[in-house]
Amino acid sequence: MFRNGSTPSPARAKSAESTSPLKGEVVGPFAIQFVAKAGYARAMRSFDVIIVGAGHAGCEAAAAAARRGARVALVTMRVDDPGTLSCNPAVGGIGKGHLVCEIDALGGIMGRVTDRASLQSRLLNRSKGPAVHGPRAQVDRKRYRAAMAETLAEFPNITLVVAQAEELLVESGAITGLRTAVGTLAASAVVLTTGTFLGGILHRGDQREAGGRDGAAASDLGAALRAMGLPVARLKTGTPPRLDARSIDWGRLEMQRGDEDRPHFAQNPPPITPMLPCGITRTNPETHRIIRENLDQSALYGGHIKSVGPRYCPSIEDKVVRFGDRDGHQIFLEPEGYDDITIYPNGLSTSLPLAVQERFIASIAGLEQARILRAGYAIEYDHVDPRALAPTLGIKTIPGLYLAGQINGTTGYEEAGAQGLVAGANAAAHALDRAPLLVDRASAYIGVMIDDLITHGVSEPYRMFTSRAEFRLRLRTDNARERLTGLAIAHDLVSGEAQARFEADQHARRSARTLLDTLTASPSQLARAGIEARQDGVIRSAFAWLRFPAVTREAALRLWPELAAIDPQLLDSLVVDANYASYLERQDEDVASFRRDEALQLVNGLDYANVPGLSHEMAERLRAAQPVTLGAAGRIPGITPAALVALLPYTRKAA
Amino acid sequence: MTIATIAALASGRPPSAIAVIRVSGPQALAAVRALTGREPPPARTMALRSLSDPDDGSLLDSALVVVFPGPNSASGEDLAELHLHGGPAVVGGVLAALTALPGVRLAEAGEFTRRAFANGRMDLAQVEGLADLVAAETRSQRDQALALAGGVLSRLADGWRSRCIAILAEAEAALDFAEEEADVAARLEDMAAVQLRALAAELAALLADAGRGARIHDGLTIAVTGAPNVGKSSLINALSGRDVAIVTPVAGTTRDAIEVPMNLDGVAAMLIDTAGLRDTDDAVEQEGIRRARARVAAADLVLHVIAAGDAEPPRDARHWLIVNKCDLTGVAVADALAVSALTGAGIADLRRRLSEWAQAVVRPGEPPLLSRARHRAAFADAAAAIADAAMAQDAVLRAESLRAAAQAFGRIAGRVDVDDVLDQIFSRFCIGK
Ligand SMILES: Cc1cc2nc3c(=O)[nH]c(=O)nc-3n(C[C@H](O)[C@H](O)[C@H](O)COP(=O)(O)OP(=O)(O)OC[C@H]3O[C@@H](n4cnc5c(N)ncnc54)[C@H](O)[C@@H]3O)c2cc1C
Repeated sequence: MFRNGSTPSPARAKSAESTSPLKGEVVGPFAIQFVAKAGYARAMRSFDVIIVGAGHAGCEAAAAAARRGARVALVTMRVDDPGTLSCNPAVGGIGKGHLVCEIDALGGIMGRVTDRASLQSRLLNRSKGPAVHGPRAQVDRKRYRAAMAETLAEFPNITLVVAQAEELLVESGAITGLRTAVGTLAASAVVLTTGTFLGGILHRGDQREAGGRDGAAASDLGAALRAMGLPVARLKTGTPPRLDARSIDWGRLEMQRGDEDRPHFAQNPPPITPMLPCGITRTNPETHRIIRENLDQSALYGGHIKSVGPRYCPSIEDKVVRFGDRDGHQIFLEPEGYDDITIYPNGLSTSLPLAVQERFIASIAGLEQARILRAGYAIEYDHVDPRALAPTLGIKTIPGLYLAGQINGTTGYEEAGAQGLVAGANAAAHALDRAPLLVDRASAYIGVMIDDLITHGVSEPYRMFTSRAEFRLRLRTDNARERLTGLAIAHDLVSGEAQARFEADQHARRSARTLLDTLTASPSQLARAGIEARQDGVIRSAFAWLRFPAVTREAALRLWPELAAIDPQLLDSLVVDANYASYLERQDEDVASFRRDEALQLVNGLDYANVPGLSHEMAERLRAAQPVTLGAAGRIPGITPAALVALLPYTRKAA
Repeated sequence: MTIATIAALASGRPPSAIAVIRVSGPQALAAVRALTGREPPPARTMALRSLSDPDDGSLLDSALVVVFPGPNSASGEDLAELHLHGGPAVVGGVLAALTALPGVRLAEAGEFTRRAFANGRMDLAQVEGLADLVAAETRSQRDQALALAGGVLSRLADGWRSRCIAILAEAEAALDFAEEEADVAARLEDMAAVQLRALAAELAALLADAGRGARIHDGLTIAVTGAPNVGKSSLINALSGRDVAIVTPVAGTTRDAIEVPMNLDGVAAMLIDTAGLRDTDDAVEQEGIRRARARVAAADLVLHVIAAGDAEPPRDARHWLIVNKCDLTGVAVADALAVSALTGAGIADLRRRLSEWAQAVVRPGEPPLLSRARHRAAFADAAAAIADAAMAQDAVLRAESLRAAAQAFGRIAGRVDVDDVLDQIFSRFCIGK
């Protein structure tokens, strides 16, 4: 059904890119190789792994596969796709910042690239517990793209192919390659990271046009995936209009600056560049009135879009309809670059017609004269039901086919990058016959996300939140390396240099911890140092004392001057461990039982209807979710302990 | 990584002739040590041991104890079996003492089986078909919860769970979204504090009521105390209309606590005759006295018997003073009930008063909400988590505790999904850009 040549070739999208003059030129730092020349087009170029789409998922996937030693073809529509931020010029945030730190700990590139392009950064939730601290950077759009291009160019085994992917080549049920608009590529593993481009339709008022995002062609691969029997559904998202900085009355606005200590993601601090502030303004009753009166013209409310959008990233129409009682909503005016006049008004995503956008923008303080550079729009696109995926992000039924990013129903650069890393590493593992990279819920937000996707599927675009992680107290940005770099080393995902550094760090961590366990003090010593403590006469270790709120990091340094020898960041992280120690210990059993059930893998292709002792209802739920492990089965809503026992005979211990 | 040690009644529901409690996990042998106060018997050999509560030293039962060190045990872990006298009070007491030990908790449905399978101690054929059994077990637990209180219990748990999730949603919103939408941040603190206090108070009332449930189930205990030979046993005989305790004029004849059941207008009660409380060198008698003290300490009511003319002992509300042998002197004591176990004078009056007291304590018309240990444990966990949440300084820890509380309620009423929390968040806050 979907073999090379056995189906008529899908209609090619008419895109400016397919005749791009850039083809064949060497652009920027990378050598762009492609297969456009006549005669050459029929030839098969051979790779280990092909990545389709050089968005956030694709770039991370290419880099991960390349780090494992695979020869990688990165196929994308436009030469400047790598590092393109389709929406908000910002990376990180609460939960998302965790993902970026984890990508970095696994040897990935998003953190490094972000640090290099940062034009302002803040640590969100600074006043809350360290488990939910979220670093967020606003980036210069052009610098981000340049830094991404340079970073990819460091990998000699990545070849960028500028072409539209048209058809997956499958033989005897397994992937053999990819046909592109300019020729055919062979590889035993393909990673699809096509973002919002599958069946993408842009909406602006009642105008609709096909496209993956503003100014880019939509892709036909969606139909192809449907033809392969993969479950495909539709979702939507939107973006705000962009404004001209010179037309905004900044004098009237409150400004928000970045944090002076310049939070960053990668281990090495970024080069220092000046920070740009953001402006803050609000919508008001007049804005809301204009929007309400024109709702019938909104693509969302005029009935043109039926797919589901994210509840946490609502359009301004949504906000006005659902939260009509509020007298205003906050808008952040974020600069898109150092030498860029574009302003991203964060909070004004809309699908109203341009004329209405102009009117409601003019009703907002400071934006009375604001000029719209590009109108906001909503986009509908296809995604694959991620329950078709294994924890490797490989499609269960098609060996060699991997999916990452928005195509799996997620939203956001960080979510895409994190999946890209896992899918790329596993595509390389498939091609090179190495161990797959599996990240579980107890180790990382990445594991939480993948498990949520593959066991629950999505009903709206999936975004990371810290509340999704049941082991949140142990999954922190400050210990991401400790949690994950060992795993990365075991899967050849970090360089020898990074490995040596990690081992030195681990050593330092262990000796610092030993020091904290050996130094002691009595309650009376604390009292003498002016620290409030219950006088129960119990001599405790420094680590044990740090559990008490009165014993702060500073107090500890006064009591035990020896602690000053520990690297400040490391000490911070250990102090957090100590603060959370009693909770972490209580969670140990949960983690252990989680891992026990995770180690019991369910037999492939189990026919639940014939499992003795399973009720019809249980069998139905299990069939829909196709859990991979007994643990995953237990996380499916409504599955009873009895059903789990009934499944026991159909499990085997993972090696 | 710690693995919990689990304990559960392995035999049928009490009362039964013999009840078997199984304890499996790394702390199983330590638990035997804690309850018996000595090393466990050699592996796979049964031995008679007295079990007492490590907390207060009170005697729980004398039991046959056998241990099977892992991995050669039915569960593949260290395993202990305690063969007890099958009364509900005994079983409940032993389970409570076990689960009060660190690292020991009640087993969930099917958990022994799962461990046995995970440790390779059961082959597939053995496991097959077990699901039905566990389904029955789970269903019966739920049915009992429903039947016991006409659904009140699960409705209550469900309601509390929803409230917990509502507070949790606020807490989580503040963690995940406060930076995006200013209106989220301010709302949390005070509201949460008030709501938590209300929840804690309601839970405390239910847990206090838990004792009543257990009393309906197990019967009220009434200890009869007094100096040796003051006529305690005769009083018990007169009240119960039976001739059980040994009645002799030799002081100290009643060496052990003897329990005599009686029916107080439909409420079951147990009269406990205590050994004469006096100092003695006789080892056996000393043990009797120790037990008597423990029983008195735990009793719902103490009838302290003195002979007419004796000095009045100090007492509290739980103590009633009974002046026996009023037929001999006829002297009245203030606030005391005068009876003569010999002639039966005053006995009917005492019975009536006891009956009134029993009705007031047990309120037999109102169904007890908590009588099963599993439910009590879940609610107690929830109460502890809510107390933690109310005290937590760090917003993350508060959320953590609320989540634990919601989960504890969920064990009775259903389950908690993150999506429940997110649903709440998105319906109440305008979030995002
Ligand atoms: C209009 C809009 C608004 C958004 N709003 C938000 C928001 O508010 N908040 C948020 O968190 N996220 C938002 N996002 C999402 C965020 O941009 C994406 O989640 C993220 O970029 C997804 O990364 P990806 O790698 O999966 O896909 P993308 O970054 O979209 O990359 C896909 C790549 O695949 C290439 N491609 C597609 N089809 C083919 C083909 N057939 N052949 C070759 N190449 C192909 C494209 O050229 C592109 O480079 C928005 C996205 C859009 C488009």
